[in-house]
Amino acid sequence: MKKKRQPSDSLAKFEKAARKAARKTDETRRYVLKLYVAGVTPRSSAAIKSITEICEAHLKGHYELEIVDIYQQPTLAKGEQIIAAPTLIKKLPLPLRRFIGDLADQERILVGLDLRPRK
Amino acid sequence: MATSRRRSAAAGRRAGAAPMLEKCPTGIQGLDEITEGGLPRGRPTLVCGAAGSGKTLLGMEFLVRGARDFGEPGVFMSFEETDEELVANVASLGFDVRGLIRRGKMALDWVRIERSEIQETGEYDLEGLFVRIDAMVGRIGARRIVLDSLEALFSGLPNEAILRAELRRLFRWLKDKGLTAVITAEQGHSALTRHGLEEYVSDCVIFLDHRIFNQVSTRRLRVVKYRGSKHGTNEYPTLIDENGLSVLPISSLGLDYPVGTERISTGVARLDAMFGGEGYYRGSTVLISGTAGTGKTSLAAAFAESTCRAGGKAMYMSFEESSAQIVRNMRSIGIDLDRWQKRGRLKFHTVRPTMYGLEMHLATVHKLVDEFRPDVLVMDPVSNLSSVSRAEEAQAMLVRTVDFLKNMGVTALFTSLTGGGQAPERSDAGISSLMDTWILVRMAESANERNRLLYVLKSRGMAHSKQMREFELSGEGIRLLDVYVGPGEVLTGSARLMQEARDKARATVERRGFERRQRELEQERASLRAQAGAIAKRLADVEAESRSAATQDRDRLQTLASDRRELAQARKAD
Repeated sequence: MKKKRQPSDSLAKFEKAARKAARKTDETRRYVLKLYVAGVTPRSSAAIKSITEICEAHLKGHYELEIVDIYQQPTLAKGEQIIAAPTLIKKLPLPLRRFIGDLADQERILVGLDLRPRK
Repeated sequence: MATSRRRSAAAGRRAGAAPMLEKCPTGIQGLDEITEGGLPRGRPTLVCGAAGSGKTLLGMEFLVRGARDFGEPGVFMSFEETDEELVANVASLGFDVRGLIRRGKMALDWVRIERSEIQETGEYDLEGLFVRIDAMVGRIGARRIVLDSLEALFSGLPNEAILRAELRRLFRWLKDKGLTAVITAEQGHSALTRHGLEEYVSDCVIFLDHRIFNQVSTRRLRVVKYRGSKHGTNEYPTLIDENGLSVLPISSLGLDYPVGTERISTGVARLDAMFGGEGYYRGSTVLISGTAGTGKTSLAAAFAESTCRAGGKAMYMSFEESSAQIVRNMRSIGIDLDRWQKRGRLKFHTVRPTMYGLEMHLATVHKLVDEFRPDVLVMDPVSNLSSVSRAEEAQAMLVRTVDFLKNMGVTALFTSLTGGGQAPERSDAGISSLMDTWILVRMAESANERNRLLYVLKSRGMAHSKQMREFELSGEGIRLLDVYVGPGEVLTGSARLMQEARDKARATVERRGFERRQRELEQERASLRAQAGAIAKRLADVEAESRSAATQDRDRLQTLASDRRELAQARKAD
């Protein structure tokens, strides 16, 4: 199930339970997402389009999506530790995750947002 | 090669009509000297080296000095340490980064990259980083920037192709903004940097090295390349102390220091006499070498003391004894160093050679001499500096020390311990050729005792005594004994005393013989004179006798003649 590391048994159990609980509440959990883009570029547009699609399809009604242009608000780039553009940050539910790129790989995003079980 | 030349030519044109590459002074001691003015202005400079070699410090100092001394605000992008860590780390070096930030002269940004949080989901660029840099540069009007170290991006971002393209764009962008940038990078195994950053930053590359020899660390700095500019190519010793980083480009000092004919007393009257009556040349270098316990330190202390007494200033660097011990020991031979120490004319610097590397010692000499401005510097002994390094490095350090001291016009006295069994004329660090004057002290063993002998092996530019002299350390100081001018070889100690006694006895015997002969002759003369008197008296007697005899004879003849006449008258002769 887990590819990367082999944690201790108790931790593995805990994580499994946590994931189960998370899946159960998927429908009602609030998602807070922030997408940072750098200006109006095809890449920005692609990212915005992709994340809007995902949210509408999977999180309808219980998500907040904020789109920030770092050119307009450069201080936010510093505060949020943005390096790459576009960057999508999943602030809630925890854990915090960052997706960099134009979000073309929707399958990966769904896994990363815990909307699909990890393979 | 041809393309790179073209590129730099183009860059030169962009920079303006100035034929010379414009430099951006770092303010770091020594670095501006070897780069002949500083880093290339408006271009990125790569600073690479292993962990702990001082890359971050160099970057930070570049910014702090720029902001403080050159009125050029700077931005520090840290990929490794947080703002607070950075500020705290350099606070110990007296850099008030927080104050500079408050006054808008500096800006710090910590770029946090957490690989475990990041997922790649397609094409991206590093515009976020660009925006952050741009915002800070714009806010404080920065002219300088440090990126420490970009390599964190390689471990944080999985797509190296994108990253490399973006880095190329970043450096181009920094150049276009006219920022003088310092990019730090970790040393690679086969290349200069682990991720080949030298590929992008090719205007100036500085390499920092940190080596350990005999458990003592030595830092070095080298300018690997500097496009469009001359630069020192050597490895320069570098050190980090409470004033930050300093590079010591002293091997670049030439042999063109001024010399004078002024002399300075050795502190021992009769030793002065051995140097034509006046002592060493001022500003020259003196080596006193000898085996253990031959009085090297005493001679050195006498020199320091006499310099202070003459109104000069002396600095005593001891690598073996504490200052209190030297003061006590020298008091026992009548040399009062404490007095001058209290009056501030004598300064001790006592430290074990193993305390730090040679460069640090060298830098200490620089610093102390710059601060104290002594007339005389004593290093006692230089021979054990080789314990922290290879002998040739110790020698190279001494060459630089000697060059430096000569340029400063400081008369330097070095003592060197010759190991037992070594030829006495072989000084450990092989430094004798650097020295203008070389005094050898040694023990002469004879008749179950050891006595101190001193002789001048060389003294450039003066007529010096070639006599081996015995000397004594007594409560009155150092005393060179009389030159033994009798027949036979030079004897020392009691053998000399015995010889002198023998000579004296022989002289007495000879004197008595002479007196006796004198007396005998006198007597003979007196007796001869007496005899001569007697003869003269007899002569006078004889003369007187002969005179009286003649008178008697004449009288008798007259009497006889008158008798005959009377007889004839009487006989009526005719």
